[in-house]
Amino acid sequence: MAHEIQHVSTPAGGAHAAGQSHVPAHGQHHGEYHVHVVPPWLLIAVFVCLVILTGITVGVTYFDFGRTLNVWIALAVAVAKATLVALFFMHLRWDSPFNSVVLFAALFFVALFIGTVILDSKEYQINFVPPTSTSMAP
Amino acid sequence: MSAITGNLGLATKQPEHKSDNYLTHGKGIKSWLFSLDHKRIGLMYMIGVLTAFFIGGVFAMLLRTKLLTPGLMYTHNEADEWNFYNHCFTLHGAFMVFMFIIPAIPAVLGNFVLPMMLGAKDVAFPRLNLGSLWCWIIGSIFFGWVLLGGILHAAFGPFANYWANALIPAGLDTGWTFYTPYSTAKAANGTVEALLGIFILGFSSILTGVNFIATIHMLRPKGMTWFRMPLFLWSLYATSIIQILATPVLAITGLLLLAERTLGVGIFDPALGGDPVMYQHFFWFYSHPAVYIMILPAMGVISEVITAHTRKHVFGYNFIAYSSIAIAMLSFLVWGHHLFVSGQSPLANAIFSILTFAIAVPSAIKVFNWVSTMWRGDIRFTTPMICALSFIILFTFGGLTGLFLGALSNDVHVTGTYFIVAHFHYVMVGSALFAFLAGLYHWWPKMFGKMTNKTVGNIAAILLLIGFNLTFFVQFIAGAKGLPRRYASYPPEFHKYMVTSTIGAYVMAVALFMMAGNLLAALINGKKAPANPWGANTLEWHTASPPPHDNFPVEPVAGDPYDMGSWVWDEATEQWVLDEDHARTVAGTEPTVHQH
Amino acid sequence: MSELVNKQQAAVALAGDTFSPARDHHHHPPHLAHHFDTLEQQFASGKLGMWVFLATELLMFGGLFCAYSVYRHNHPEIFEFGHQYLDKTLGAINTIVLITSSLTMAWGVREAQLGHNKRLALCLILTLLGGAGFMCIKTVEYHAKWEHRVFAGRWDQYDPRYKGPQVPHEPPTNEPEAQAEQQIKNNKMLPQTTMEPQNMPTLPQGANPGYGAALATPQAATAPSEAAATTQAGPMLQAGDAYADPNAGTADAAKIHPMQGVPAGLATRVHAEGKWEVKFDDLPKTEQDHVLTFFNLYFLMTGLHGIHVLVGMGLICWILIRSMKHEFGPTYFAPVDLVGLYWHLVDLIWIFLFPLLYLIH
Repeated sequence: MAHEIQHVSTPAGGAHAAGQSHVPAHGQHHGEYHVHVVPPWLLIAVFVCLVILTGITVGVTYFDFGRTLNVWIALAVAVAKATLVALFFMHLRWDSPFNSVVLFAALFFVALFIGTVILDSKEYQINFVPPTSTSMAP
Repeated sequence: MSAITGNLGLATKQPEHKSDNYLTHGKGIKSWLFSLDHKRIGLMYMIGVLTAFFIGGVFAMLLRTKLLTPGLMYTHNEADEWNFYNHCFTLHGAFMVFMFIIPAIPAVLGNFVLPMMLGAKDVAFPRLNLGSLWCWIIGSIFFGWVLLGGILHAAFGPFANYWANALIPAGLDTGWTFYTPYSTAKAANGTVEALLGIFILGFSSILTGVNFIATIHMLRPKGMTWFRMPLFLWSLYATSIIQILATPVLAITGLLLLAERTLGVGIFDPALGGDPVMYQHFFWFYSHPAVYIMILPAMGVISEVITAHTRKHVFGYNFIAYSSIAIAMLSFLVWGHHLFVSGQSPLANAIFSILTFAIAVPSAIKVFNWVSTMWRGDIRFTTPMICALSFIILFTFGGLTGLFLGALSNDVHVTGTYFIVAHFHYVMVGSALFAFLAGLYHWWPKMFGKMTNKTVGNIAAILLLIGFNLTFFVQFIAGAKGLPRRYASYPPEFHKYMVTSTIGAYVMAVALFMMAGNLLAALINGKKAPANPWGANTLEWHTASPPPHDNFPVEPVAGDPYDMGSWVWDEATEQWVLDEDHARTVAGTEPTVHQH
Repeated sequence: MSELVNKQQAAVALAGDTFSPARDHHHHPPHLAHHFDTLEQQFASGKLGMWVFLATELLMFGGLFCAYSVYRHNHPEIFEFGHQYLDKTLGAINTIVLITSSLTMAWGVREAQLGHNKRLALCLILTLLGGAGFMCIKTVEYHAKWEHRVFAGRWDQYDPRYKGPQVPHEPPTNEPEAQAEQQIKNNKMLPQTTMEPQNMPTLPQGANPGYGAALATPQAATAPSEAAATTQAGPMLQAGDAYADPNAGTADAAKIHPMQGVPAGLATRVHAEGKWEVKFDDLPKTEQDHVLTFFNLYFLMTGLHGIHVLVGMGLICWILIRSMKHEFGPTYFAPVDLVGLYWHLVDLIWIFLFPLLYLIH
């Protein structure tokens, strides 16, 4: 992609023009560092994708694919949206990879937690005596 | 090159003038309470944490004294007596776990030495570090309020005034685990305040974790590669991972409990449509990793102390480093072993039992490496070393009994007995506390520039070891014979165990007071400490004792942290001095020209 | 969190820190804290710290998602029924509002990087408007719940067995049976101290103090007038509830009887009957009462998310003020970037909340 190629280059001056892909930060004697500026077209494109995906996730509820499939479709769309936000709005695409590792680690442990607890709750439901509303009166 | 010469100058000469160090850098209480200096924050944490330890210890003494007799000890009727006992063991557990052991090593010793070990000037976010301290203080105020309210209630009974009753907490009697539905439906009025306190204390823990991770990643200076980091930093890094990933779950668990107790939102209480087993999953998803928040930094301290006080390169550096990370990861996979008899499914029971055995492997690797480090080393029986040796003994006991408990069938037999109590005290007190004390003695000269009295310290440490085993070893036996925990009374045949245990607790108290006196006496009339009293090579010993405000006058160059050859004993000054040539060779800053 | 970097800078000034002799000859950029070598290192540290903090936020919400998943997994019909009371359209509008505010926030970061403080301020104002709009719509939705007499916790007066929206403040029907059930509902609002603690562990099998009946302990059942009185009292009961007798007997005897083999779990029952899709109306009454769990989860999840939106708006106000002072530029935009990350995280959470709560079927 075009903006990626620009990102690799290191322009020396004239960086403040709008639309320039990145700006050298002048840290006096401490060297320069280059920050990635997301171009407007990309922001808009991501936004349009997000709106379309929202439309899809709402629209898909009007079709009955069965309980399980509907959940997974909804989750898949949500994951797609979340990925777009994280990659472009949250700059993960251009960030240090370790930040993505942090995010993935968090998601992994959330998944581990939820997965195990669901698995177990499914198993012990059979032994779970549900509260009853009868035979309590004296 | 100039860096090393600069360090050498500092190591051999005393600091030129007194105002140079961090203790005297600013004056007045405000310069402490709002200090951004990691060393001062560490010291303030130390004062707070030791206060919590004292309060928790008082409750421990009350408990043990009560258990001298199966009958009444403090009051004249059974209901009051049992109730008092419930409050005592809850507050003992809560103070010790949330306010003492969890912050003890990371927030006190970690804060103090982490940046210096890295060769950095401070942690990455000094403001956040101060925020962490204040979260700790505010959270502890909540607990202090619960404690004070409990005393007021005990002294003046139920108040006639409605609001007095509503606003003054009546103590805490849930156990530190806050199991539902008791905690949300019936527990003493004080649970809400305690939960808020835990929520805020959790923030303190999280902020420390964020800080340490960012510091270790971003502030390692030139030459300090990942595998030149002292092992204490590896263990703190692993601890921070757990603090980051587990503590938020405790926060949400606390919020759900609060919602259930105040609003009647039914998530955990079966009477409200909730699921109490799920509560235990929530709680132990935090609290099992939390026991590794307690033990991992303790292992790090022991790695440092043993290698320094045997003057030998640590054995199997990579294994110890990786096993810290392995323990951190595995710690998230074993929480279910707390639920073996709580209604968890047999499938999950089996999985968690197997995984529990797996975590013994990295723990054992560490023990083997410590022992191998000592082998043919120049073992010196200083106070930190005595504490570290005690740690190895007690941790082995605690760890092996942990395997008994991880075995499903055996666990069903001893769950809820004193066996459990003995096991986790061997790990939390026998290991974490002894490591904390080892660390305090090890870094006390660096903190205050004063040496402690070795004889008194050693006697106290050995006494503590004896008292500890007297207290808790008999509890293994009592537990195996079926004595249930958390009861204020017991059948007469257990009387001898309980009395032995109580005597042991008194011995421990005496030993701990001796240690406190020893440490404080060092401040008043201790011998002046040189920059490097132990001849260790981690970077904090390369600066003055106590260190200057900015830690290092000249940025140090990191070499192998356990290269003991860098320091040689100088008979004339009776101090360890840096062997420049050797250090330079090891640091790899320039090719060696001549051998010494 | 997001304040880190620049606060440190301020802090350094306050504390009067001395720079090390080794580096003193360098001229320090105004925003560089003393313990960092370069601005890049400082910025990367702040960003890493923020990401680690966001990880903790994810784990915290993870707890709520876990509770949600467990209940939805075990009671799918309940969630299908309950979600009909949520307004799909408002939810979708709110999603778009939040996504738009994310766009303006991301654009704001861009403007900050380019040093256009005025355009940054505009972007931030738009973001704030988005957040405010989101909260307004949320208020409308909460109000609709209130119209349905759906509240969180013990104030809930909703009964799933009465279909359709109900007129507030009026008994739903005059049938005696229904009235009795309404009475039971009201009893739930009794302060818990009126429960007889000793009843809990000693109940006979199959006679658990259940959810619907709940708290229909002898006292509660024989004291309808009291119950009615407490109904009037409403939220005032909060303080009273916090009292529990410290001497109360233990209720640790959970409602779990291992291996008893009571096939009460819905999934099991349905499976035995050979049909998978069960409608809410086919469920036993005790199961139907579980719909309150759905509403509780709805309030907890959207409530915690709403709090995060408010916090995010506060942070945006803070950087808005600073952008008006023209403080940001190519070398120093970390606060905008970090607040942006936080705001996007709030958006991320909503991206999951929306389909899970509003679009169940």
